[in-house]
Amino acid sequence: MLTNVDSAAFAVFLVLFILVTGMGFVASRWRKPETLAHLDEWGLGGRKFGTWITWFLVGGDFYTAYTVIAVPALVYAVGAYGFFALPYTIIVYPFVFAVMPVLWKVAKERGYVTAGDVVRGAYGSRGLELAVAATGVLATMPYIALQLIGMEVAIKALGLNGEVPLVLAFLVLALYTYSSGLRAPALIAFVKDIMIYIVVIAAIAIVPTKLGGYGAIFTAADTAFAAKGSGGILLSPAQIVPYASLALGSALAAFMYPHTLTGIFASSGGNTIRKNAMLLPAYTLLLGLLALLGYMGHAAGLKLASNNDVVPELFKTLFPSWFAGFAFAAIAIGALVPAAVMSIGAANLFTRNFWKVWVDPKVTPAGEAKVAKITSMLVKVGALLAILLMPTQFALDLQLLGGLWILQTLPALVFGLYLNWFSSPALLAGWAVGLAGGSWLAWSDGLKPLHGIDFGAGTVAVYTGVLALALNIVVAVVVNLVLKGLPQARLSREAA
Amino acid sequence: MIRLLLLLPFIGLMIVPFYNIREPHLFGFPFFYWYQLAWVPLTSLLTYIVYRSVRRAD
Repeated sequence: MLTNVDSAAFAVFLVLFILVTGMGFVASRWRKPETLAHLDEWGLGGRKFGTWITWFLVGGDFYTAYTVIAVPALVYAVGAYGFFALPYTIIVYPFVFAVMPVLWKVAKERGYVTAGDVVRGAYGSRGLELAVAATGVLATMPYIALQLIGMEVAIKALGLNGEVPLVLAFLVLALYTYSSGLRAPALIAFVKDIMIYIVVIAAIAIVPTKLGGYGAIFTAADTAFAAKGSGGILLSPAQIVPYASLALGSALAAFMYPHTLTGIFASSGGNTIRKNAMLLPAYTLLLGLLALLGYMGHAAGLKLASNNDVVPELFKTLFPSWFAGFAFAAIAIGALVPAAVMSIGAANLFTRNFWKVWVDPKVTPAGEAKVAKITSMLVKVGALLAILLMPTQFALDLQLLGGLWILQTLPALVFGLYLNWFSSPALLAGWAVGLAGGSWLAWSDGLKPLHGIDFGAGTVAVYTGVLALALNIVVAVVVNLVLKGLPQARLSREAA
Repeated sequence: MIRLLLLLPFIGLMIVPFYNIREPHLFGFPFFYWYQLAWVPLTSLLTYIVYRSVRRAD
Protein backbone atom coordinates (compact mmCIF):
# COMPACT_ATOMS: atom_id res chain seq x y z
CA MET A 1 0.00 0.00 0.00
CA LEU A 2 2.83 2.40 0.80
CA THR A 3 5.04 2.77 -2.23
CA ASN A 4 6.96 5.92 -3.13
CA VAL A 5 5.30 7.87 -0.35
CA ASP A 6 6.99 11.17 0.36
CA SER A 7 6.96 11.49 4.13
CA ALA A 8 6.74 15.32 4.24
CA ALA A 9 3.84 15.39 1.79
CA PHE A 10 2.10 12.54 3.58
CA ALA A 11 2.53 14.15 7.03
CA VAL A 12 1.02 17.47 5.86
CA PHE A 13 -1.82 15.61 4.18
CA LEU A 14 -2.59 13.49 7.23
CA VAL A 15 -2.51 16.38 9.72
CA LEU A 16 -4.91 18.45 7.60
CA PHE A 17 -7.23 15.52 7.02
CA ILE A 18 -7.41 14.76 10.76
CA LEU A 19 -8.05 18.45 11.54
CA VAL A 20 -10.94 18.52 9.11
CA THR A 21 -12.37 15.27 10.45
CA GLY A 22 -12.36 16.75 13.95
CA MET A 23 -14.15 19.83 12.63
CA GLY A 24 -16.77 17.63 10.98
CA PHE A 25 -17.74 16.08 14.30
CA VAL A 26 -17.50 19.32 16.32
CA ALA A 27 -19.80 20.99 13.76
CA SER A 28 -22.88 19.46 15.42
CA ARG A 29 -22.28 21.95 18.26
CA TRP A 30 -21.58 24.91 15.96
CA ARG A 31 -24.42 27.48 16.07
CA LYS A 32 -26.14 24.87 18.17
CA PRO A 33 -29.88 24.53 17.65
CA GLU A 34 -32.34 23.32 20.26
CA THR A 35 -32.40 20.00 18.47
CA LEU A 36 -30.68 18.50 15.45
CA ALA A 37 -33.54 16.02 15.15
CA HIS A 38 -35.40 18.17 12.63
CA LEU A 39 -34.83 18.29 8.88
CA ASP A 40 -34.60 22.10 8.91
CA GLU A 41 -31.65 21.76 11.27
CA TRP A 42 -29.92 18.59 10.08
CA GLY A 43 -30.60 19.16 6.37
CA LEU A 44 -30.57 22.97 6.11
CA GLY A 45 -28.47 24.11 9.07
CA GLY A 46 -31.47 26.03 10.45
CA ARG A 47 -31.83 28.29 7.33
CA LYS A 48 -29.66 30.88 9.08
CA PHE A 49 -26.44 30.90 7.07
CA GLY A 50 -25.44 34.52 6.42
CA THR A 51 -23.50 35.98 3.49
CA TRP A 52 -20.07 34.62 4.40
CA ILE A 53 -21.07 31.11 5.43
CA THR A 54 -23.20 30.84 2.29
CA TRP A 55 -20.30 32.11 0.20
CA PHE A 56 -17.95 29.45 1.55
CA LEU A 57 -20.59 26.72 1.46
CA VAL A 58 -21.92 27.31 -2.07
CA GLY A 59 -18.42 28.07 -3.34
CA GLY A 60 -17.10 24.89 -1.75
CA ASP A 61 -19.97 22.87 -3.06
CA PHE A 62 -20.34 24.22 -6.60
CA TYR A 63 -16.62 24.38 -7.49
CA THR A 64 -15.92 20.75 -6.62
CA ALA A 65 -12.69 18.80 -6.21
CA TYR A 66 -13.44 17.10 -9.47
CA THR A 67 -13.48 20.54 -11.13
CA VAL A 68 -9.97 21.22 -9.83
CA ILE A 69 -8.76 18.02 -11.50
CA ALA A 70 -10.99 17.81 -14.57
CA VAL A 71 -11.06 21.37 -15.93
CA PRO A 72 -7.25 21.68 -16.22
CA ALA A 73 -7.21 18.09 -17.58
CA LEU A 74 -9.69 19.01 -20.32
CA VAL A 75 -7.78 22.20 -21.14
CA TYR A 76 -4.56 20.18 -21.25
CA ALA A 77 -6.16 17.72 -23.64
CA VAL A 78 -8.18 19.93 -25.99
CA GLY A 79 -7.28 23.57 -25.28
CA ALA A 80 -9.69 26.50 -25.58
CA TYR A 81 -12.78 24.28 -25.72
CA GLY A 82 -12.17 23.23 -22.09
CA PHE A 83 -12.62 26.86 -21.06
CA PHE A 84 -16.40 26.69 -21.49
CA ALA A 85 -16.41 26.30 -17.70
CA LEU A 86 -15.52 30.01 -17.51
CA PRO A 87 -18.50 31.57 -19.36
CA TYR A 88 -20.65 28.88 -17.70
CA THR A 89 -19.67 29.96 -14.18
CA ILE A 90 -20.09 33.65 -15.07
CA ILE A 91 -23.55 33.66 -16.61
CA VAL A 92 -24.85 31.37 -13.89
CA TYR A 93 -24.81 34.28 -11.41
CA PRO A 94 -27.18 36.74 -13.08
CA PHE A 95 -29.54 33.76 -13.25
CA VAL A 96 -29.01 33.02 -9.54
CA PHE A 97 -29.54 36.70 -8.71
CA ALA A 98 -32.82 36.89 -10.58
CA VAL A 99 -34.37 33.52 -9.73
CA MET A 100 -33.02 32.12 -6.48
CA PRO A 101 -34.22 34.82 -4.04
CA VAL A 102 -37.77 34.22 -5.32
CA LEU A 103 -37.37 30.49 -4.80
CA TRP A 104 -35.90 31.00 -1.32
CA LYS A 105 -38.84 33.17 -0.29
CA VAL A 106 -41.40 30.57 -1.33
CA ALA A 107 -39.43 27.85 0.47
CA LYS A 108 -39.01 29.84 3.66
CA GLU A 109 -42.65 30.96 3.87
CA ARG A 110 -44.03 27.47 3.39
CA GLY A 111 -41.27 25.46 5.09
CA TYR A 112 -40.07 23.72 1.91
CA VAL A 113 -36.78 21.83 2.06
CA THR A 114 -36.43 20.54 -1.51
CA ALA A 115 -37.25 21.27 -5.15
CA GLY A 116 -39.89 18.54 -4.93
CA ASP A 117 -41.62 20.45 -2.11
CA VAL A 118 -41.68 23.63 -4.20
CA VAL A 119 -43.21 21.86 -7.19
CA ARG A 120 -45.87 20.13 -5.10
CA GLY A 121 -46.72 23.46 -3.49
CA ALA A 122 -47.05 25.21 -6.85
CA TYR A 123 -49.03 22.54 -8.73
CA GLY A 124 -50.39 20.19 -6.06
CA SER A 125 -49.24 17.26 -8.18
CA ARG A 126 -47.72 14.19 -6.53
CA GLY A 127 -46.59 12.93 -9.93
CA LEU A 128 -44.64 16.05 -10.80
CA GLU A 129 -43.18 16.15 -7.29
CA LEU A 130 -41.95 12.58 -7.64
CA ALA A 131 -40.54 13.27 -11.12
CA VAL A 132 -38.53 16.26 -9.90
CA ALA A 133 -37.33 14.47 -6.76
CA ALA A 134 -36.33 11.27 -8.55
CA THR A 135 -34.46 13.26 -11.21
CA GLY A 136 -32.59 15.11 -8.45
CA VAL A 137 -31.50 11.92 -6.71
CA LEU A 138 -30.50 10.17 -9.96
CA ALA A 139 -28.51 13.15 -11.21
CA THR A 140 -26.69 13.54 -7.91
CA MET A 141 -25.48 9.96 -7.43
CA PRO A 142 -22.90 9.99 -10.25
CA TYR A 143 -21.88 13.51 -9.16
CA ILE A 144 -20.92 12.09 -5.75
CA ALA A 145 -19.01 9.32 -7.49
CA LEU A 146 -17.11 11.99 -9.41
CA GLN A 147 -15.95 13.56 -6.16
CA LEU A 148 -14.53 10.17 -5.23
CA ILE A 149 -12.59 10.12 -8.49
CA GLY A 150 -11.11 13.52 -7.57
CA MET A 151 -10.18 12.21 -4.15
CA GLU A 152 -8.69 9.07 -5.67
CA VAL A 153 -6.44 11.12 -7.96
CA ALA A 154 -5.17 13.17 -4.99
CA ILE A 155 -4.56 10.08 -2.84
CA LYS A 156 -2.75 8.30 -5.67
CA ALA A 157 -0.58 11.40 -6.23
CA LEU A 158 0.59 11.07 -2.63
CA GLY A 159 1.89 7.62 -3.52
CA LEU A 160 -0.79 5.69 -1.64
CA ASN A 161 -2.04 2.75 -3.65
CA GLY A 162 -5.03 0.53 -3.19
CA GLU A 163 -8.56 1.33 -2.23
CA VAL A 164 -8.22 1.30 1.56
CA PRO A 165 -7.38 5.04 1.97
CA LEU A 166 -10.34 6.03 -0.18
CA VAL A 167 -12.72 3.79 1.75
CA LEU A 168 -11.42 5.14 5.09
CA ALA A 169 -11.77 8.77 4.00
CA PHE A 170 -15.29 8.14 2.83
CA LEU A 171 -16.32 6.32 5.98
CA VAL A 172 -15.17 9.25 8.05
CA LEU A 173 -17.14 11.60 5.81
CA ALA A 174 -20.26 9.45 6.09
CA LEU A 175 -20.05 9.37 9.88
CA TYR A 176 -19.74 13.08 10.51
CA THR A 177 -22.35 13.96 7.90
CA TYR A 178 -24.64 11.55 9.73
CA SER A 179 -24.07 13.21 13.08
CA SER A 180 -23.72 16.92 12.12
CA GLY A 181 -25.74 17.29 8.92
CA LEU A 182 -25.22 20.39 6.77
CA ARG A 183 -23.26 22.09 9.54
CA ALA A 184 -20.31 19.75 8.87
CA PRO A 185 -19.65 20.69 5.23
CA ALA A 186 -20.44 24.35 6.03
CA LEU A 187 -17.72 24.44 8.67
CA ILE A 188 -15.24 22.37 6.65
CA ALA A 189 -15.86 24.57 3.61
CA PHE A 190 -13.98 27.40 5.34
CA VAL A 191 -10.81 25.29 5.55
CA LYS A 192 -11.29 23.71 2.14
CA ASP A 193 -11.84 26.98 0.28
CA ILE A 194 -8.98 28.81 1.99
CA MET A 195 -6.66 25.90 1.15
CA ILE A 196 -7.79 25.82 -2.48
CA TYR A 197 -7.30 29.60 -2.75
CA ILE A 198 -3.76 29.27 -1.36
CA VAL A 199 -2.95 26.43 -3.74
CA VAL A 200 -4.29 28.13 -6.85
CA ILE A 201 -2.84 31.55 -6.06
CA ALA A 202 0.56 29.95 -5.39
CA ALA A 203 0.31 28.05 -8.65
CA ILE A 204 -0.67 31.00 -10.83
CA ALA A 205 1.90 33.28 -9.19
CA ILE A 206 4.86 30.91 -8.98
CA VAL A 207 4.50 28.48 -11.89
CA PRO A 208 4.72 31.14 -14.63
CA THR A 209 7.98 32.49 -13.16
CA LYS A 210 9.43 28.99 -13.50
CA LEU A 211 8.11 28.51 -17.02
CA GLY A 212 8.98 31.90 -18.54
CA GLY A 213 5.74 33.85 -18.04
CA TYR A 214 2.18 33.54 -19.35
CA GLY A 215 3.19 34.47 -22.91
CA ALA A 216 5.58 31.52 -22.99
CA ILE A 217 2.95 29.21 -21.49
CA PHE A 218 0.41 30.04 -24.20
CA THR A 219 3.08 29.65 -26.90
CA ALA A 220 4.13 26.26 -25.51
CA ALA A 221 0.51 25.07 -25.49
CA ASP A 222 -0.03 26.39 -29.01
CA THR A 223 3.05 24.48 -30.24
CA ALA A 224 2.01 21.30 -28.43
CA PHE A 225 -1.48 21.35 -29.99
CA ALA A 226 -0.01 22.06 -33.45
CA ALA A 227 2.39 19.11 -33.06
CA LYS A 228 -0.45 16.86 -31.88
CA GLY A 229 -2.66 17.98 -34.77
CA SER A 230 -5.75 18.48 -32.61
CA GLY A 231 -6.99 21.05 -30.12
CA GLY A 232 -5.74 24.61 -29.97
CA ILE A 233 -5.66 27.75 -27.88
CA LEU A 234 -8.54 29.14 -29.93
CA LEU A 235 -11.81 27.42 -30.84
CA SER A 236 -12.18 25.85 -34.25
CA PRO A 237 -15.26 27.10 -36.17
CA ALA A 238 -17.04 23.80 -35.45
CA GLN A 239 -16.54 24.28 -31.70
CA ILE A 240 -18.20 27.68 -31.43
CA VAL A 241 -21.82 26.59 -31.04
CA PRO A 242 -20.89 23.65 -28.78
CA TYR A 243 -18.88 26.04 -26.58
CA ALA A 244 -21.71 28.56 -26.20
CA SER A 245 -24.47 25.97 -25.78
CA LEU A 246 -22.51 23.95 -23.21
CA ALA A 247 -21.89 27.13 -21.21
CA LEU A 248 -25.55 28.16 -21.37
CA GLY A 249 -26.98 24.70 -20.64
CA SER A 250 -24.58 24.06 -17.78
CA ALA A 251 -25.37 27.46 -16.25
CA LEU A 252 -29.12 26.78 -16.35
CA ALA A 253 -28.64 23.30 -14.89
CA ALA A 254 -26.18 24.26 -12.14
CA PHE A 255 -28.65 25.49 -9.55
CA MET A 256 -31.27 22.84 -10.27
CA TYR A 257 -29.10 20.22 -8.51
CA PRO A 258 -30.06 19.27 -4.95
CA HIS A 259 -26.67 20.26 -3.52
CA THR A 260 -26.67 23.80 -4.90
CA LEU A 261 -30.35 24.28 -4.02
CA THR A 262 -29.60 23.08 -0.49
CA GLY A 263 -27.01 25.86 -0.21
CA ILE A 264 -29.63 28.35 -1.42
CA PHE A 265 -32.40 27.16 0.90
CA ALA A 266 -29.98 27.12 3.87
CA SER A 267 -29.15 30.81 3.48
CA SER A 268 -30.70 33.44 5.71
CA GLY A 269 -32.53 35.48 3.08
CA GLY A 270 -32.98 36.91 -0.41
CA ASN A 271 -30.34 39.57 0.05
CA THR A 272 -27.86 36.94 1.28
CA ILE A 273 -28.36 35.19 -2.06
CA ARG A 274 -28.14 38.42 -4.07
CA LYS A 275 -24.91 39.41 -2.33
CA ASN A 276 -23.57 35.95 -3.04
CA ALA A 277 -24.41 36.27 -6.73
CA MET A 278 -22.11 39.31 -6.60
CA LEU A 279 -19.34 37.68 -4.54
CA LEU A 280 -19.28 34.08 -5.80
CA PRO A 281 -17.64 35.07 -9.13
CA ALA A 282 -14.41 35.32 -7.10
CA TYR A 283 -14.36 31.52 -7.37
CA THR A 284 -14.91 31.80 -11.12
CA LEU A 285 -11.79 33.94 -11.45
CA LEU A 286 -9.96 31.23 -9.55
CA LEU A 287 -11.40 28.54 -11.82
CA GLY A 288 -10.38 30.44 -14.96
CA LEU A 289 -6.82 30.75 -13.72
CA LEU A 290 -6.82 27.16 -12.50
CA ALA A 291 -7.81 26.03 -16.00
CA LEU A 292 -4.53 27.52 -17.23
CA LEU A 293 -2.69 24.83 -15.25
CA GLY A 294 -3.56 22.65 -18.24
CA TYR A 295 -1.38 24.86 -20.46
CA MET A 296 1.30 25.02 -17.78
CA GLY A 297 1.44 21.23 -18.07
CA HIS A 298 2.49 21.66 -21.72
CA ALA A 299 4.99 24.39 -20.88
CA ALA A 300 6.54 22.19 -18.18
CA GLY A 301 6.81 19.36 -20.72
CA LEU A 302 4.98 16.86 -18.51
CA LYS A 303 4.60 13.31 -19.75
CA LEU A 304 1.30 12.02 -18.41
CA ALA A 305 -0.28 8.60 -18.24
CA SER A 306 -3.71 10.21 -17.91
CA ASN A 307 -4.93 13.77 -18.52
CA ASN A 308 -6.30 13.83 -14.97
CA ASP A 309 -2.72 13.71 -13.66
CA VAL A 310 -1.82 17.16 -15.01
CA VAL A 311 -2.51 19.07 -11.77
CA PRO A 312 -0.90 16.56 -9.36
CA GLU A 313 2.14 16.12 -11.63
CA LEU A 314 2.59 19.88 -11.97
CA PHE A 315 2.66 20.26 -8.20
CA LYS A 316 5.01 17.32 -7.75
CA THR A 317 7.39 18.66 -10.39
CA LEU A 318 7.46 22.35 -9.51
CA PHE A 319 6.85 22.61 -5.75
CA PRO A 320 8.57 21.28 -2.61
CA SER A 321 6.99 18.04 -1.43
CA TRP A 322 5.35 19.51 1.68
CA PHE A 323 3.47 21.99 -0.48
CA ALA A 324 2.48 19.26 -2.91
CA GLY A 325 1.07 17.40 0.11
CA PHE A 326 -0.84 20.55 1.05
CA ALA A 327 -2.24 20.80 -2.48
CA PHE A 328 -3.33 17.15 -2.52
CA ALA A 329 -4.96 17.57 0.88
CA ALA A 330 -6.80 20.62 -0.48
CA ILE A 331 -8.15 18.52 -3.36
CA ALA A 332 -9.12 15.56 -1.16
CA ILE A 333 -10.79 17.79 1.44
CA GLY A 334 -12.30 19.68 -1.46
CA ALA A 335 -14.10 16.47 -2.40
CA LEU A 336 -15.58 16.05 1.07
CA VAL A 337 -17.64 19.26 1.07
CA PRO A 338 -19.58 18.68 -2.16
CA ALA A 339 -19.93 14.95 -1.46
CA ALA A 340 -21.46 15.74 1.94
CA VAL A 341 -23.85 18.41 0.63
CA MET A 342 -24.86 16.23 -2.34
CA SER A 343 -25.71 13.31 -0.11
CA ILE A 344 -27.68 15.63 2.20
CA GLY A 345 -29.56 17.13 -0.75
CA ALA A 346 -30.40 13.69 -2.12
CA ALA A 347 -31.43 12.49 1.36
CA ASN A 348 -33.72 15.50 1.83
CA LEU A 349 -35.43 14.71 -1.48
CA PHE A 350 -35.90 11.07 -0.64
CA THR A 351 -37.29 11.86 2.81
CA ARG A 352 -39.64 14.68 1.91
CA ASN A 353 -40.85 13.66 -1.52
CA PHE A 354 -40.79 9.89 -1.34
CA TRP A 355 -40.78 8.57 2.25
CA LYS A 356 -43.20 11.13 3.64
CA VAL A 357 -45.53 10.92 0.65
CA TRP A 358 -45.60 7.23 -0.18
CA VAL A 359 -44.38 5.36 2.90
CA ASP A 360 -45.10 7.20 6.13
CA PRO A 361 -47.25 10.34 5.73
CA LYS A 362 -47.48 10.81 9.49
CA VAL A 363 -43.72 10.95 9.99
CA THR A 364 -42.63 13.44 12.69
CA PRO A 365 -39.92 16.07 12.10
CA ALA A 366 -37.57 13.95 14.20
CA GLY A 367 -38.50 10.91 12.13
CA GLU A 368 -37.77 12.86 8.94
CA ALA A 369 -34.32 13.77 10.20
CA LYS A 370 -33.66 10.13 11.05
CA VAL A 371 -34.72 8.86 7.61
CA ALA A 372 -32.59 11.55 5.95
CA LYS A 373 -29.53 10.65 8.04
CA ILE A 374 -29.75 6.98 7.08
CA THR A 375 -30.44 7.83 3.42
CA SER A 376 -27.39 10.12 3.25
CA MET A 377 -25.31 7.18 4.48
CA LEU A 378 -26.77 4.79 1.91
CA VAL A 379 -26.31 7.27 -0.93
CA LYS A 380 -22.62 7.61 -0.11
CA VAL A 381 -22.09 3.87 0.20
CA GLY A 382 -23.79 3.46 -3.17
CA ALA A 383 -21.46 5.98 -4.79
CA LEU A 384 -18.44 4.30 -3.20
CA LEU A 385 -19.47 0.87 -4.45
CA ALA A 386 -20.09 2.32 -7.91
CA ILE A 387 -16.52 3.62 -8.00
CA LEU A 388 -14.97 0.46 -6.59
CA LEU A 389 -16.93 -2.01 -8.69
CA MET A 390 -17.65 -0.29 -11.97
CA PRO A 391 -15.39 1.28 -14.59
CA THR A 392 -14.70 4.99 -14.03
CA GLN A 393 -16.09 5.78 -17.46
CA PHE A 394 -19.51 4.60 -16.26
CA ALA A 395 -19.62 7.33 -13.60
CA LEU A 396 -18.47 9.93 -16.13
CA ASP A 397 -21.14 8.90 -18.64
CA LEU A 398 -23.84 8.93 -15.98
CA GLN A 399 -22.72 12.35 -14.75
CA LEU A 400 -23.04 13.64 -18.28
CA LEU A 401 -26.58 12.29 -18.54
CA GLY A 402 -27.25 13.64 -15.03
CA GLY A 403 -26.65 17.20 -16.22
CA LEU A 404 -29.08 16.65 -19.07
CA TRP A 405 -31.68 15.12 -16.71
CA ILE A 406 -31.52 17.80 -14.02
CA LEU A 407 -31.94 20.50 -16.67
CA GLN A 408 -35.35 18.98 -17.48
CA THR A 409 -36.63 19.95 -14.01
CA LEU A 410 -36.12 23.67 -14.74
CA PRO A 411 -39.55 24.38 -16.27
CA ALA A 412 -41.37 22.66 -13.37
CA LEU A 413 -39.29 24.38 -10.72
CA VAL A 414 -38.83 27.87 -12.18
CA PHE A 415 -41.76 28.68 -14.47
CA GLY A 416 -44.28 28.47 -11.64
CA LEU A 417 -42.45 31.21 -9.75
CA TYR A 418 -43.40 33.71 -12.44
CA LEU A 419 -46.32 32.31 -14.40
CA ASN A 420 -49.62 30.86 -13.34
CA TRP A 421 -50.26 29.42 -16.76
CA PHE A 422 -48.75 25.92 -16.92
CA SER A 423 -50.61 22.93 -15.53
CA SER A 424 -48.89 19.93 -13.97
CA PRO A 425 -49.79 17.38 -16.71
CA ALA A 426 -48.20 19.69 -19.31
CA LEU A 427 -45.01 20.11 -17.29
CA LEU A 428 -44.89 16.39 -16.56
CA ALA A 429 -45.24 15.62 -20.27
CA GLY A 430 -42.47 18.12 -21.09
CA TRP A 431 -40.23 16.61 -18.42
CA ALA A 432 -40.82 13.05 -19.68
CA VAL A 433 -40.23 13.90 -23.35
CA GLY A 434 -37.15 16.03 -22.55
CA LEU A 435 -35.66 13.35 -20.34
CA ALA A 436 -36.35 10.43 -22.63
CA GLY A 437 -35.60 12.30 -25.86
CA GLY A 438 -32.39 13.83 -24.50
CA SER A 439 -31.17 10.51 -23.11
CA TRP A 440 -31.94 8.78 -26.40
CA LEU A 441 -30.05 11.44 -28.40
CA ALA A 442 -27.05 11.23 -26.06
CA TRP A 443 -27.16 7.44 -26.24
CA SER A 444 -27.35 7.36 -30.03
CA ASP A 445 -24.42 9.80 -30.20
CA GLY A 446 -22.26 7.38 -28.19
CA LEU A 447 -22.75 9.25 -24.89
CA LYS A 448 -21.27 12.45 -26.23
CA PRO A 449 -22.84 15.68 -24.92
CA LEU A 450 -23.26 17.14 -28.42
CA HIS A 451 -25.82 16.40 -31.09
CA GLY A 452 -25.42 17.42 -34.70
CA ILE A 453 -28.32 19.28 -36.31
CA ASP A 454 -28.59 19.96 -40.00
CA PHE A 455 -29.75 23.54 -40.53
CA GLY A 456 -29.40 23.20 -44.28
CA ALA A 457 -26.06 25.01 -44.40
CA GLY A 458 -24.12 22.11 -42.91
CA THR A 459 -24.34 20.35 -39.56
CA VAL A 460 -24.04 22.29 -36.33
CA ALA A 461 -23.38 20.49 -33.05
CA VAL A 462 -25.37 21.70 -30.03
CA TYR A 463 -25.27 20.64 -26.36
CA THR A 464 -27.87 17.88 -26.09
CA GLY A 465 -29.12 19.20 -22.74
CA VAL A 466 -30.20 22.47 -24.37
CA LEU A 467 -31.94 20.60 -27.19
CA ALA A 468 -33.77 18.42 -24.69
CA LEU A 469 -34.80 21.51 -22.69
CA ALA A 470 -36.16 23.15 -25.84
CA LEU A 471 -38.13 19.98 -26.62
CA ASN A 472 -39.35 19.89 -23.02
CA ILE A 473 -40.66 23.46 -23.17
CA VAL A 474 -42.29 23.01 -26.59
CA VAL A 475 -44.10 19.88 -25.42
CA ALA A 476 -45.19 21.57 -22.18
CA VAL A 477 -46.59 24.57 -24.09
CA VAL A 478 -48.40 22.44 -26.67
CA VAL A 479 -49.90 20.05 -24.11
CA ASN A 480 -50.96 22.99 -21.99
CA LEU A 481 -52.64 24.70 -24.95
CA VAL A 482 -54.45 21.48 -25.82
CA LEU A 483 -55.58 20.94 -22.21
CA LYS A 484 -56.75 24.52 -21.90
CA GLY A 485 -58.43 24.37 -25.30
CA LEU A 486 -60.37 21.18 -24.56
CA PRO A 487 -63.10 22.47 -22.25
CA GLN A 488 -63.48 25.68 -24.25
CA ALA A 489 -63.77 23.79 -27.51
CA ARG A 490 -66.43 21.60 -25.95
CA LEU A 491 -68.25 24.66 -24.60
CA SER A 492 -68.27 26.45 -27.92
CA ARG A 493 -69.53 23.29 -29.66
CA GLU A 494 -72.29 22.94 -27.11
CA ALA A 495 -73.22 26.61 -27.56
CA ALA A 496 -73.47 26.07 -31.33
CA MET B 1 -35.40 48.43 -16.38
CA ILE B 2 -32.09 48.44 -14.55
CA ARG B 3 -32.46 44.65 -14.19
CA LEU B 4 -31.78 44.37 -17.92
CA LEU B 5 -28.11 44.98 -17.07
CA LEU B 6 -28.08 41.34 -15.96
CA LEU B 7 -28.51 40.33 -19.62
CA LEU B 8 -25.21 41.92 -20.67
CA PRO B 9 -22.99 39.01 -19.47
CA PHE B 10 -25.12 36.59 -21.51
CA ILE B 11 -24.74 38.71 -24.63
CA GLY B 12 -21.05 39.38 -24.03
CA LEU B 13 -20.22 35.71 -23.57
CA MET B 14 -22.60 34.08 -26.07
CA ILE B 15 -21.13 36.03 -29.03
CA VAL B 16 -18.24 33.58 -29.19
CA PRO B 17 -16.97 34.46 -32.70
CA PHE B 18 -16.43 38.04 -31.51
CA TYR B 19 -13.82 37.01 -28.95
CA ASN B 20 -12.40 33.83 -30.49
CA ILE B 21 -9.24 35.70 -31.60
CA ARG B 22 -5.65 36.09 -30.42
CA GLU B 23 -5.01 39.82 -30.71
CA PRO B 24 -4.71 42.08 -28.82
CA HIS B 25 -2.71 40.29 -26.12
CA LEU B 26 -2.75 41.53 -22.53
CA PHE B 27 -0.02 40.47 -20.05
CA GLY B 28 0.77 37.54 -22.36
CA PHE B 29 -2.89 36.40 -22.44
CA PRO B 30 -4.52 36.10 -25.89
CA PHE B 31 -7.75 38.13 -26.27
CA PHE B 32 -9.93 34.97 -25.96
CA TYR B 33 -8.69 34.48 -22.39
CA TRP B 34 -8.49 37.96 -20.94
CA TYR B 35 -11.80 39.03 -22.50
CA GLN B 36 -13.65 36.20 -20.74
CA LEU B 37 -11.76 36.70 -17.48
CA ALA B 38 -12.63 40.41 -17.63
CA TRP B 39 -16.32 39.49 -17.63
CA VAL B 40 -15.94 38.11 -14.11
CA PRO B 41 -15.41 41.45 -12.30
CA LEU B 42 -17.66 43.16 -14.83
CA THR B 43 -20.53 40.80 -14.03
CA SER B 44 -20.00 41.38 -10.31
CA LEU B 45 -20.13 45.13 -10.90
CA LEU B 46 -23.32 44.94 -12.97
CA THR B 47 -24.89 42.72 -10.33
CA TYR B 48 -23.90 45.25 -7.66
CA ILE B 49 -25.60 48.06 -9.58
CA VAL B 50 -28.79 46.04 -9.89
CA TYR B 51 -28.53 44.94 -6.25
CA ARG B 52 -28.51 48.54 -5.03
CA SER B 53 -31.76 49.33 -6.79
CA VAL B 54 -33.44 46.03 -5.85
CA ARG B 55 -32.44 46.37 -2.18
CA ARG B 56 -34.20 49.71 -1.97
CA ALA B 57 -37.26 48.22 -3.61
CA ASP B 58 -37.53 45.46 -0.97
